[in-house]
Amino acid sequence: MKTVDLVIVGAGAGGLSAALAAWNAGIRDILILEKENDTGGILNQCIHTGFGLHTFKEELSGPEYAERCAMMLKDTDVNIQCGTMVLSMTKDKILTCSSAEHGLEKIQARAVVFASGCRERSRGAIQIPGSRCAGILTAGTAQRYLNIDGWMCGKRVLILGSGDIGLIMARRMTLEGAKVVAVAELMPYSNGLPRNIKQCLDDFGIPLYLSHTITQIEGKHRVSAAVLSQVDEHLQPIKNTEKRFEVDAVLLSVGLIPENTILEEAGALIHPKTRGPVVDEQCMTSLDGVFACGNSLHVHDLVDFVYAEGQRCGQGAAAYLTQSLKQEKCVQVGAAGNVSYVLPQILHFCDAKLFFRVKTPMKNCAVVLKSGTKELKKMKKISLLPSVMEEITVTKELLEQCEDDLTLEVTSWN
Amino acid sequence: MKDVVIIGAGIIGCFLAYDLSKYDLKIAVVEKNMDVASGATKANSAIVHSGHDPKDGTLKALLNVRGSRMYEQICKDLNCHYEKIGAYVLACGAEEEDTLLQLAKQAENRNIPFEVHTHQEIVSREQNISDEVTKGLWLPSTAIITPWEVSCVLMDNAIERGTELHLNTEVTSIEKMNHGYRIVTSKGEMMSKVVINCAGVHADEVTAMVNPHPGFTITARRGEYFVLDHLKDPVVSIILFPVPSSKGKGVLLVPTIHHNLLLGPTSDPIDEKENVDSTKEGLAEVREKMHKLIKNVPMNQVVRTFSGNRPSGSTHDFVLEEDDLNPGFLICGAIESPGIASAPAISEYMIEHFVSKRLQLLNKNNLPALVLRQRLLSEMSDTERNDKISKDSRYGKIVCRCEQISEGEIVEAIHRNTPVLTLGAVKRRLRPGMGRCQGGFCEPLVLKILARELKLSLNEIVLEEAGSNVLLEKR
Repeated sequence: MKTVDLVIVGAGAGGLSAALAAWNAGIRDILILEKENDTGGILNQCIHTGFGLHTFKEELSGPEYAERCAMMLKDTDVNIQCGTMVLSMTKDKILTCSSAEHGLEKIQARAVVFASGCRERSRGAIQIPGSRCAGILTAGTAQRYLNIDGWMCGKRVLILGSGDIGLIMARRMTLEGAKVVAVAELMPYSNGLPRNIKQCLDDFGIPLYLSHTITQIEGKHRVSAAVLSQVDEHLQPIKNTEKRFEVDAVLLSVGLIPENTILEEAGALIHPKTRGPVVDEQCMTSLDGVFACGNSLHVHDLVDFVYAEGQRCGQGAAAYLTQSLKQEKCVQVGAAGNVSYVLPQILHFCDAKLFFRVKTPMKNCAVVLKSGTKELKKMKKISLLPSVMEEITVTKELLEQCEDDLTLEVTSWN
Repeated sequence: MKDVVIIGAGIIGCFLAYDLSKYDLKIAVVEKNMDVASGATKANSAIVHSGHDPKDGTLKALLNVRGSRMYEQICKDLNCHYEKIGAYVLACGAEEEDTLLQLAKQAENRNIPFEVHTHQEIVSREQNISDEVTKGLWLPSTAIITPWEVSCVLMDNAIERGTELHLNTEVTSIEKMNHGYRIVTSKGEMMSKVVINCAGVHADEVTAMVNPHPGFTITARRGEYFVLDHLKDPVVSIILFPVPSSKGKGVLLVPTIHHNLLLGPTSDPIDEKENVDSTKEGLAEVREKMHKLIKNVPMNQVVRTFSGNRPSGSTHDFVLEEDDLNPGFLICGAIESPGIASAPAISEYMIEHFVSKRLQLLNKNNLPALVLRQRLLSEMSDTERNDKISKDSRYGKIVCRCEQISEGEIVEAIHRNTPVLTLGAVKRRLRPGMGRCQGGFCEPLVLKILARELKLSLNEIVLEEAGSNVLLEKR
């Protein structure tokens, strides 16, 4: 059986960045397995600009960003095997994968990084009543059809969900000549980045209906209309608020779910909220030597954050492989109140960053880190949005003061 | 001149084509949809019921018991999936227990294996059973199959033995001639000595083409379902039924062959026979009713909802007969539950009682070897799998991540005897699109493979029926 020091699953921004970080940390035997025929992952279909301001200090398109990541590995001996799907992994890190070129292969890894991205929540998952005819697609699938294959899936479009892909596709379909009649969002606030609301909807006069959902899809073979209803505070449709739109396509942008079936099947602990694995500050999962980063760990709003997490993860994997001294002492970190989740969930006593999201928008609030009932750190925030990932730093010294597990919560600033 | 024209390629039409093609007959199957098994056969609970439930003296009782005993061997012969996982009928309270014991009596009279279990006994086997459940009727001979899989393989064999299959071909009128029938379709006409009407929800309308007063009418009863993803810890490992009511078998929980969990169905008569929309009310009803039987169902793992219309007959039994006015015009109508379970026995019954009276059934010489269900890579050893990949590298290229299906397998399925013309057909053959991403990743890839193999443009590929094109125009 082939043995490799570090196997990275996925050659998107997270995987490529993890590879570079591990290489820079001295790991020389690195193999990236990528299911597509090219590196870049989902960036390849994100042909709009707006990527890279943090990492590369300039605004790039998705494919350009992917190219930069790949170029940075040019002078390394990191091995990239495209067209290869990882099918399973044992908890002893034996991966089974399949490709046209190499057939079915088993690879023994000493460390593994999962950077396998995420999938879109589908129509079935949200159970929209009505026809199950053609013309109902997730926004990402429509994006792929348009930007990779060059085909339009609709001419009059209603978009459900104000996730970033939905917003981007509202603009993209409009630019290609389609009429986007509306974007509807179940929640009273958008799930997309504020800049995307501005640049993709407002600038094109596309209405955003907050607190609305689709209550009926009509159409025998293809979508002919969709009905929007306003929802009450329990998110239940309100009678007599129906608005019917004659459309030929409905795009769904109703959430992303980390793709880590293989990790889960191998026995890694999965967090119910992020739906990614539970990790420590080096991105190591509950399986020894198995790491995760990027959208397979939790869904990010910016690819730059994926890149940065890939770096931490790659360094973590390298440290694991070189058996650098490892802190055994650790605490668990949990979310409370309006905090939806916090990562990592396990902290060793070292300087680290905690990443978190809120459940609902808040203004003038305090982010409070507690150990038991003891307040360790408090940070003022003018505005927090569910669509924006926030961070708070902790130091080794601070952690040494804690006697109990940590909780992160958000309260109003008094 | 054909000997037999079968109208409708649901599971009944497929069984008849399979059984009749063993004889020296000219057979054609006419199906208005783009794929076989695309009406009631594609959207049901996929259960081979043991036969305990139908009323004494009905065709349903007779043929369910018989069919249930035939399936295992048929599936074995064709390498189709069949799992005898067993079922519980669950009673909550004294009144339902009475009904349960009547069913037990019926099972006993029909020589169907059964046991009556207490709440404790049931819980020791299935820990998520609801606290309300007081007694259970255990029916170990109840099995699950994949109805469309069985139908496709039956049709593969019928075609191998010379049967013509005409998909996307709707029968518009039938005329009785001196020596048979003239069947006019959307794609031309054909003559046949015998016609077998297996037209599902439309069987009454098709009968009305030759008899202005058919002895039965069909109401479509919509059944809505949830499908849950493969679960790491399955909620149940066996089938759960409530005690039956006048509306049918009620809301069930059924583990499928592919380790999903089905919840449903409802049973609502609807006016439009082809309307298979999901409804808010229907899904809410399933959600509410299942709680009577089970707890801890992770509804956040729902990957899909679907609904199917079963042909419910005005006589409350299967209609299996030769039309009064039209010798050689045979009817398989009102095949609602337990239709799947009875299908092989229905075919046998029709041939024995009617077809054999109209046609001479001589065994075909040189019957070709059986065409088996396509063997999947996931069923092969690593060596076998690599052997397959070395002969055709497309077997190494995985197209569907969720269900781990390769391009080679898809191409193989497309070129089997039963045509694969739609994305839905690929999905029913091999499952790409049935997993947790619901085709989000693989649909564009499958669409391209299908277009390439069928030599069509991408925007000509449809989801199910003509007009359900996925893509509209080039940008």
